[in-house]
Amino acid sequence: MTDATQNAAGEKTSGSVADQPIRAHRSLWGDVWAQFKTHRGALIGTGIFVVIVLIVLIGPFIHTTDPQYLNIRDKNQGVSWEYPMGTDQVGRDIFAQVLAGGRVSLAVGFTAMLLSLILGALVGVLAGYFKRLDGPLMRLTDLFLALPLLPLLLVIIMLFRDTLRAAFGPEMGIFLLIVFVIGITSWMQTARIVRGDVLSLKEREFVLAAKSIGTRERRIITRHILPNVLSPIMVSATLGIANAIITESALSFLGLGFPSDFPTWGRLLYDSTNYIQQYPVRVIWPGLAISLTVLSVNYIGDGLRDALDPRLRK
Amino acid sequence: MLNYTIRRLLFAIPTLLVISFIIFLILDLAPGDPTGQLPMTVPPEVREQIRQSLGLGEPIHIRYLLWCNQFFINEPINILEQMTGWKFGDEERLRVRSWATRSPVVDLIIERTPQTLWVVGMSYVVGILIAVPLGVISAYRQYSWVDQAGTFISMIGFSVPTFFTGVLMIVVFSVWLGWFPSIYDTTHVVEDWDSFVFQIEQMIMPVMVLALFNASQISRFMRASMLDNLNQDYVRTARAKGMTEQVVVLLHVLRNSMIPVITVIALNIPQVFGGAIITEQVFKVNGLGQLLIIGIQGADYPLVQTLTFIFAVLIVFFNLVADVLYGILDPRIRYD
Repeated sequence: MTDATQNAAGEKTSGSVADQPIRAHRSLWGDVWAQFKTHRGALIGTGIFVVIVLIVLIGPFIHTTDPQYLNIRDKNQGVSWEYPMGTDQVGRDIFAQVLAGGRVSLAVGFTAMLLSLILGALVGVLAGYFKRLDGPLMRLTDLFLALPLLPLLLVIIMLFRDTLRAAFGPEMGIFLLIVFVIGITSWMQTARIVRGDVLSLKEREFVLAAKSIGTRERRIITRHILPNVLSPIMVSATLGIANAIITESALSFLGLGFPSDFPTWGRLLYDSTNYIQQYPVRVIWPGLAISLTVLSVNYIGDGLRDALDPRLRK
Repeated sequence: MLNYTIRRLLFAIPTLLVISFIIFLILDLAPGDPTGQLPMTVPPEVREQIRQSLGLGEPIHIRYLLWCNQFFINEPINILEQMTGWKFGDEERLRVRSWATRSPVVDLIIERTPQTLWVVGMSYVVGILIAVPLGVISAYRQYSWVDQAGTFISMIGFSVPTFFTGVLMIVVFSVWLGWFPSIYDTTHVVEDWDSFVFQIEQMIMPVMVLALFNASQISRFMRASMLDNLNQDYVRTARAKGMTEQVVVLLHVLRNSMIPVITVIALNIPQVFGGAIITEQVFKVNGLGQLLIIGIQGADYPLVQTLTFIFAVLIVFFNLVADVLYGILDPRIRYD
């Protein structure tokens, strides 16, 4: 896909050399960025996402209150300078908790997305490139698509939670488990898209050329196939983050994710619904954080899809 | 077409068997033990007897086959007997029983299904009723303010998770405004006008939460599909023949655009059941989703196993329905 655009761009420059001698160098990513910039939603989304990530990363250094510090005298406080989002029923600072929870939620989102991307790209490339593997791998993908994911996630977490906690410590154990189960249940769409692209790519002339000069299969895949399927992978990466964050919050919301003393946004939301009648504002903060993050990531994905599609590019 | 349907149905059987085996394996390989929650004072030999009575003494493949026998043969016969009143052989068939309540799992599920179907089914219908007109208008007036607003709302609809929209609705409409009850009362019986109004009131919030989520997905498909069709030659022909704009859009374009949308609607039905797990938890509807959560929290393996498998059956079944529908509706698709 990208080679075609590069070729087209190359032809255009050589054809117009006479009347347009000076022409700024155009790279693929420059074009993508130029197109991305025209998508207003995507730009705003990127801005909001960067701000959220920065707040979550840098925030704890500025707002240094310990999220687990119990100050029972200051319980159920409203919004103030000392407690920007108030305090909960045992006097913990909610803002500090949201910051700490954001770190975990975003970390889960990124790691689970990476795992599912690697799995999806691997399955997709293998199935698309090697004909022998195509049938079995795609049946496997179909099988995974037919699994009821949310119930299975809940079951797996319930069953293996205690073992992993014992093995890796209470926090790391549950983190690994959740990242693992989200990763291995969300790679199927990526695999399908990548396979489709690889199937058409491997019939192209540049792959034939590479083959004819004796390039090894592994090198063809890493050098010629993978860079060309990068754009669908990047789009599924953004969707993957959004999906992972939502799934993690849903699990925590159902009480089967992270424990209460190791908060994530979903867990904070779940804990504050118990006090929804008395302190309704408390549920807004974590919920707003999840929603804004997912919304901005989805907008980035939308813009990226448009920007990486050469047919839409001006 | 019939040929294709039969082939797909036959292919669904091994798929479902594999899925049921995977579910069985996951539950079986788990390190937990159903007797683990008993008090420490229970002596080991009694513990072992309890394990035996739960059927845990046999090797794994025997237990899997026993479960298959109970689930695929005994339970359907029971349901058939209850529906028709006929008797088939021995009354004392082994049934899939919940470990927590000791009653047959199927009875529990039948008890919980109506609530889920009401809320989920209603929300899906409402979602479609919102999505289709919205998609049509969005596509017909592309880039108008209706389109912009519709696109934005649908983006919000599938970005904001249902557990937050649900909680938000409770905060606004039941805590602040006090219009609707925040908990769904399943024991409520509709007998007169007032109780009917109450039933509507308590259904509005869960239905709207799920409907917003469904509508946001379907309306995007509807819009894209309408846009594909609006520039086709047959549309120009219809206009050239002098047909009114209404007939062109609502009769010619809409009918053709509905083809992919209907398959998406069919494909999404199992997902809606999955989403209902969360919504039921938010509004305390005691439907199938809540049954699953209770089963998971109480380590009630047969219940969890059966429910998860039923969700899998739904997915496989509606995949099949979507494919067959696509073939029936679109004469260009030929599977043979």
